[in-house]
Amino acid sequence: MLYIEKWKAALIVLICALGVAYSSPNFWRSATAVDDSGIPGWLPNKTVSLGLDLQGGVHLLLQVDIAAGVRSRAAAFEDTVRQSLRGTGIRRTPPERGGAAVKFRTLDPNDAERAADLIQENDPSAVVTIGEAGEITVGFTETDEERLRLAMLTQTIEIIRRRVDALGTKEPIIQRQGDDRIVVQVPGFDEPEVLKKIIGTTAQLAFRLVDTTSDPSTFVARPGLERLPQALTDEQKATTPRPPPSQYFVVRNSPVVPGALLIDAQPSFQDSRPVVSFRFNGAGARRFLDLTGRHIGEPLAIVLDNEIISAPTIQAAIGANGIITGQFSVPETQRLSLLLRSGALPAPVEFIQEASIGPGLGKDSIEAGKIACIVAFLAVALFMSVSYGLFGVFAAFALILNGGMIIGALSALQATLTLPGIAGIVLTIGMAVDANVLIFERIREELSIGQSPVAAIDSGYRRALSSIIDSQVTTLIAAVILFAMGSGPIRGFSVTLTIGIVTSLFTAIFLTRLMVVIWLRRAPRRTSLPI
Amino acid sequence: MAIIPLRFFGSRPNFNIVPRRKFAYVFSASAIIGAMVALVMLGLNLGIDFRGGSLIEVRYPTQPNITELRGKVDALNLGEVTIQEFGEPTDVLVRVQRQGDAVEDQTTAIQQVKAALGADAEIRRTEFIGPTVGEELKEAGAIAVLLALFGIVAYVWFRFEWQFAVAGLMALAHDVAITIGLFAITGWEFNLATVAALLTIAGYSINDTVVVFDRVRENLRKYKTEALPSLLNRSVNDTLSRTVMTSVTTLIALGALAFFGGEVIRNFTYALIWGILIGTYSSVFVAACLLLQFKDVRNIRQPASDSPHIPTPEID
Repeated sequence: MLYIEKWKAALIVLICALGVAYSSPNFWRSATAVDDSGIPGWLPNKTVSLGLDLQGGVHLLLQVDIAAGVRSRAAAFEDTVRQSLRGTGIRRTPPERGGAAVKFRTLDPNDAERAADLIQENDPSAVVTIGEAGEITVGFTETDEERLRLAMLTQTIEIIRRRVDALGTKEPIIQRQGDDRIVVQVPGFDEPEVLKKIIGTTAQLAFRLVDTTSDPSTFVARPGLERLPQALTDEQKATTPRPPPSQYFVVRNSPVVPGALLIDAQPSFQDSRPVVSFRFNGAGARRFLDLTGRHIGEPLAIVLDNEIISAPTIQAAIGANGIITGQFSVPETQRLSLLLRSGALPAPVEFIQEASIGPGLGKDSIEAGKIACIVAFLAVALFMSVSYGLFGVFAAFALILNGGMIIGALSALQATLTLPGIAGIVLTIGMAVDANVLIFERIREELSIGQSPVAAIDSGYRRALSSIIDSQVTTLIAAVILFAMGSGPIRGFSVTLTIGIVTSLFTAIFLTRLMVVIWLRRAPRRTSLPI
Repeated sequence: MAIIPLRFFGSRPNFNIVPRRKFAYVFSASAIIGAMVALVMLGLNLGIDFRGGSLIEVRYPTQPNITELRGKVDALNLGEVTIQEFGEPTDVLVRVQRQGDAVEDQTTAIQQVKAALGADAEIRRTEFIGPTVGEELKEAGAIAVLLALFGIVAYVWFRFEWQFAVAGLMALAHDVAITIGLFAITGWEFNLATVAALLTIAGYSINDTVVVFDRVRENLRKYKTEALPSLLNRSVNDTLSRTVMTSVTTLIALGALAFFGGEVIRNFTYALIWGILIGTYSSVFVAACLLLQFKDVRNIRQPASDSPHIPTPEID
C-alpha cells in the first residue's frame, strides 16, 4: 500500500536539497564575480556558465589550409636539391614547386639516377622518384606528410592561443574541430574585426634584398626574383572600394633572413614615429649581420605575408637588434609586434563562420529569458493548482523545486546555458507537469469507478508510470539527437531539455508522491480527495 | 481546501471521434497536400545558417527611417539585402546574401553595410556563415530530423507492435510536413533553430500519441470483446483530458516565452506553439484512427510470444 520507506524519503529530500544547494550560488553571486573570499570551499560555489549568446563575445570557426602549408613546407626541398647537387657537375633545370613536392630534370638524362641518389643521401627522409621522362620529384613520405599535417594543426592552435591570450580576455576557448578546423571563442570581446586580424594574419616575416636592376612595372617572371606589392595601410583597407596597390618591388628570393629567427618584438618609437623593434636569436643575428654587412647602401625589403611593409636602405651592418619602419599607427605596431612574438602560422587560415554578440544584446536576452521563465513558472503552477486542487499545489511545488534542480544541475555539470537553452527550460516547465497530469487524471479515473482514495492514489501512480516513461523517452531521443548533431546555441537547447526531462521525472513522480503520502498519513481515513 | 478543481470535460468525456474520422482524414490530407504544394511552389525561406551570408543587428538611439536605410544599403549593390524592424522600433536587422565564394568579399560586405548604417548604430550582433558551413549545416539538419524520426519510431516499435509504430510514424510525418508547409506559406525564416523546433515537435507529438497508444493497449486487454472502433474511441476519450491538460500547460509556458522571451527566439517559439497544436490534433484525431487501417490489429490483444515486451516498470 501507500508507504515510503524512511531511507527512500530521506534520499528524495536529500536530492532535492542538493539541487537547491547547487543552484543557490546563482542567486547570491554574479556570474562574473571572481572573489571567492569568505565562502567555505566545500560549499557549492559554481554558477551557471553562460554561452556566448548570453554574455556577449566572438565566436569564430577557422578553416586551416593545411595543403597550402604542406606545399610551402615542400618548398624547402628546393634548397635540398641545390645543396645536394652543388659542385657535383650535374647540370639541371631550376627546381619547381608542384603540389607537395619539388620537381626538376637533369640536362643529361644519364645523370638522373646519380642526382636522385645524392639527394636521397642528403635527406634520407625525402621520397625521391624518377619519372618516365627523366623528371625527378622530391617529396614527403606519406607518414611524414600525415605527421606534418597534424603538427601544423597543433602548432596553428598553439600560436592562435598565444595571440588570443595576449588580448587578456577571460577564458578564451581554442579547440580543434575535425581534421582541419579550429573553433575560437572569446567571451566578453566585442571587436570581431580586431580578433580576426590578430588570428588570421599569417605573419610570415622575411628580410629580402630589393633587386634595383629590374623595373617593377615591366617585370616579367624570372627564376630567383619575385614582384611583390606594397602593403596597404589600415585606412586604405577600410575604404571602399579598396584601392589597388600603388607600388611594387622586385625582390630576390635569396638571401633571406626569416622572421622565424626573431626572439622578441616590441612596439616602439623612432623620431616620434611608431616602429617595431626586434631582436634576433644567435643564428638570426649572424645571418642578418652577414646580409646587411655585404649590402650596405642597398634597399632591404621587409616582407610580411608577401607584402612589402617598407624597404629602407641599409645604413650599416646590423646584428641582433633592429627596427621595422613603415606607415604604422600605434595600434598597428602593437599588433605587429604581438604577431611577430607569437610566431607565424604554419598554414594560412580562413574564417568560415563568425558570430559576435554585443554585451547589450546578451544582457537583454538574459533579462527576457528570466522574465519568460518566471512568468511560465507562475502561470503553469497557478493553472495546475486550479485544475487539480491541493494535488495541483503539490505539483506546483514540485515544479518550482524542479526549476531549482535544473539550475543546480547546470551549475554542477558546468553545462553552458544559451538563449535556446533558456527556451528549453521554459518548454520543460510546460512539459514537466505532464507526469503529474497523467498521474492525477488516472487517480480521478480510479476514483470515478469507485476506488477508495488510498487505492486510487496507489494505482494512479502505479499505472501511469508506463505512459510517463514511454512519453518522456521519445522526447529524450529527440533531445539526444539534437545534442549529437547540433552546435553552439542549439546544443544548449538539447542540454536543458535533457536535464529538464530527467529532473522533472524525479520531482513529478517521487517528490509529489512523498508529499501525497505525508498528507495522507496525517488523516488516513479520508473518503474523498481534493483532486 | 478552498481550491475547487477544474475539469475540462466533466468526469468521463465521450466524444464520437473515431466514428467521424473521415472528417479528420479529409482535413489532414488536404493540409498535407496544401503543405507540399506550398513547399514546391513557394519554397522555404532558408536562413543564412543554410544559405550562407551575413546578418547584422543594430540599435539606434531613436527610431530610424528604414526606407532611407534601405536606400543607403541598396546603393552598395550587394545583391539581395533585407532590412527589417526587429522587436523594438529602434532595432533593425539586416540580412545580406552570400557574396561569391571568397570569405574576403563577405567581410568587406559586412564592413560596407556597417558603414552605411551610420555611426550612431550600436552593433548588437553580427553573424556570418560561409557557403561550405551552410551546406554542412543543411546536411546535418536533415540527418538529425531523419535520425530522430527513426529513433522515435524504433522505440515505439520496441515498446508496442509494428502497427503502432507505423501509425505513430504517419502521425509524426503528418505533423512535420504540415509544420514545414506553414514555414513555406508564411515565409518565416527556416534555420537551424527551426530544425531544433521540428525535432522537439516530433518528440512532443509522439509523446502525446504514445500516451493514447498505451491506453489502447491497456483497453485491448481489458475489454476483450469490444469492437475495435469503439474501443479506440474509448481510449482517445480516456486520455483526452490529459492530452488537453498537458498541451495547455505547455502552451502557457510557450506563450510566456513568445511574449517575454525576446525577438531572437520568437520564430523558434512560434514554430513550437504551432507544433504543439498540430501534434495535439494528430494525437487525438489521427493517430488512433490510423490503427483501424491495419486488418490484423486485433491480434494485438493476444501479443505474440515472439514480440519483445518490456514488463511495465513499477514503483513501490
